[in-house]
Amino acid sequence: MSGAGVTIVEALASLLIVIGAVFGLVGSYGLVKLPDLVMRLHAPTKATTLGVGGVLLGAMVHAWGVEGRSSWHELLIALFLFVTAPISANLIAKAWLHREGADRPLPPTGRECGWANDDPPPDASESGRGDPPR
Amino acid sequence: MIEYALGFAYLAFGAALVLNLWRLAQGPSAADRILALDTMVINGIALVILIGVSQATAVYFEAAMLLSLVGFVSTVALTKFILRGDVIE
Repeated sequence: MSGAGVTIVEALASLLIVIGAVFGLVGSYGLVKLPDLVMRLHAPTKATTLGVGGVLLGAMVHAWGVEGRSSWHELLIALFLFVTAPISANLIAKAWLHREGADRPLPPTGRECGWANDDPPPDASESGRGDPPR
Repeated sequence: MIEYALGFAYLAFGAALVLNLWRLAQGPSAADRILALDTMVINGIALVILIGVSQATAVYFEAAMLLSLVGFVSTVALTKFILRGDVIE
């Protein structure tokens, strides 16, 4: 590959790695900042997984364009992480409900009506209650 | 150019690991600590991949793959232990 092509591919790999690093940092910052476990669960499972995916794509582009070898390991790792992140998040949420959720109220929704399980939405008593199910 | 990107990514993921460590020490519930450990493993995978990019070898990808497998299995084992009181019944 010519010199200019290598430079462009290297710039693309650098961009992907930087974007991935920003997403990883944001995910871990959310893990510290958000107030409750069920909110904290969102940050690492989405942002950090996306960040690692960006870094893996950057490594793949770097291996192809700069080092000159085709490499599929990274895609394998990214797919595995993308598949397992929701499973582990679901299991952690179940563990939290098992340990803390029984004797603790659910976190506030931040709106005028609570969670749909306990508290019907405000307009349900006026119009929605008598509607037959479709 | 890639050196600057790698340096920035090292700093970002190192800071992310420190934040995870704070949550691991602080975390009010056991589920918080499991979540912090899971995130630490994922950030560690990213650091291993970055070392592989900086040294231009393919050796570290196997390490990252094994780390991701072990991280997932350990998360499942910890949550199963909390849920059922036993890992393998």
